[in-house]
Amino acid sequence: MQVVLKNRELSSDDAPDAPGTIQVRNLSFYYGKFAGLRNVSLDVAKNQVTAFIGPSGCGKSTLLRTFNRMFDLYPGQRAEGEIIFNGRNILAPEQDVNLLRAKVGMVFQKPTPFPMTIFENIAFGVRLYERLPASEMRQRVEWALRKAALWEEVKDKLGQSGLSLSGGQQQRLCIARMVAVKPEVLLLDEPTSALDPISTAKIEELINELKADYTIVIVTHNMQQAARISDYTAYMYIGELIEFGKTEQIFIKPKKQATEDYITGRFG
Amino acid sequence: MTKVSLYRRRKFTNALGLALSALSMALGLVGLTWILWTLLYNGLTALGPDFFLQSTPAPGTPGGGMANAIVGSLLMVAFATLVSTPIGILAGIYLAEYGSVSRFGSLTRFVTDIMLSAPSIVIGLFVYAIAVATTRHFSGWAGSLALSLIAVPVVVRTTENMLKLVPGSLREAAFALGAPRWKVSLSVTLRAVRGGVLTGVLLAVARIIGETAPLLFTALNNQFFTADMSKPMANLPVVIYNFAMSPYEDWQRLAWGGAALIALIVLTINIATRILFRDKLRS
Repeated sequence: MQVVLKNRELSSDDAPDAPGTIQVRNLSFYYGKFAGLRNVSLDVAKNQVTAFIGPSGCGKSTLLRTFNRMFDLYPGQRAEGEIIFNGRNILAPEQDVNLLRAKVGMVFQKPTPFPMTIFENIAFGVRLYERLPASEMRQRVEWALRKAALWEEVKDKLGQSGLSLSGGQQQRLCIARMVAVKPEVLLLDEPTSALDPISTAKIEELINELKADYTIVIVTHNMQQAARISDYTAYMYIGELIEFGKTEQIFIKPKKQATEDYITGRFG
Repeated sequence: MTKVSLYRRRKFTNALGLALSALSMALGLVGLTWILWTLLYNGLTALGPDFFLQSTPAPGTPGGGMANAIVGSLLMVAFATLVSTPIGILAGIYLAEYGSVSRFGSLTRFVTDIMLSAPSIVIGLFVYAIAVATTRHFSGWAGSLALSLIAVPVVVRTTENMLKLVPGSLREAAFALGAPRWKVSLSVTLRAVRGGVLTGVLLAVARIIGETAPLLFTALNNQFFTADMSKPMANLPVVIYNFAMSPYEDWQRLAWGGAALIALIVLTINIATRILFRDKLRS
């Protein structure tokens, strides 16, 4: 497989050296009795893009959804181990989930605009934690839409329903909505798998720009995408972390045979 | 059997099944049109201006109309809707968002189902026992209470069913922004299905506007015009019942008119819900 690499030197060390903003320690996850993750440990580096790859059912989305405790919505799902974020274990029962989710935003596979206007879609999240005067709210909405590279396309129709946008625009609206609440971490769960190639390219470009301000974790089925946009890559298989390291190392000199088999397309 | 004969047999069975279902549909349709036609044929002539402006006549007096019954029905249905809509919607939200696994939730769902199929005369008797027998007089409020008891389960069930249609991803997306549960329910999921929920409310209105049994022992009837809900109140179904049974010809004519009016109202509401629902599906 041909992998296009941006000017990065090949490094041989497998652990990220930048200080981690999210440290996962011995994380196991259970859907009832079934173990979705087994003893996963890794560090997500600040202001970098970390990609989770692996075949369907390998646990990459499960892992992502522990970072904002999305699984709390479903009784019977539970996590064991530790996830340290800003010095605190977010899996601890005393962690307020809503405050955590305001800090750790998430965008899903299918665009999920709310049934309200474009403006309201973005103001909704902001109003949850901030009381802004109308003029500042307008500025915030514009700022978020610019961040998501959507402003030019929607500035004249902020009063229209968010559902009236195209799929790619809807996904960028969801990114703007997430960015508007000023989180520190962005979780992207296969954000382009429902989009056409042009919209995908726009979102990838956006991810590249956003990483200056945010720590980004992305789950993707598309290995070329992981190679193009990520700095670190984790390869997972049946609930276990097989290999984790700098993206160029994983794609050019994987240490494990299983990783090599997967990325060269011999399997998966 | 050979392939060809098997195929022929299948074609014959298909034709037979199709013919039987077409026949059943035709039978149902004939019944419906017959009812509507009879109602309109007998009732439309009564629906003049007097019908809407005059109150029910005394025996032997010519003319008169249904003004008192129309206003009484509208008032009682309006109050019943006003009370049962918020209760029904909030209970529906509880069942869909919070009570899907809890014991209290399944108990509520069970009771709602019983209420949905409870004979309305039982509800009428119940309200008679608690609101009429205790205060010792019939009233519009008691009638309204009986009607709300019938409307609430309808609204609860449609709201719950509509909310369950909301894709989990939309709910998750709202939670992912850090929204508390009540905010997600009210601002996102309920909003996503507001057309369907409104449909449920309209269906409940259509259901209670023609209910006779619950009003017989509660609102009773009133020969005179009143907008005072603490007094016995005239209403379309009970007046129709009384007048249709009477020996006077213009009373019978008025009863036909009332029946046609109710049928038209229910028809309009049903068409309105269809339009609402179609718009919802399109978006």
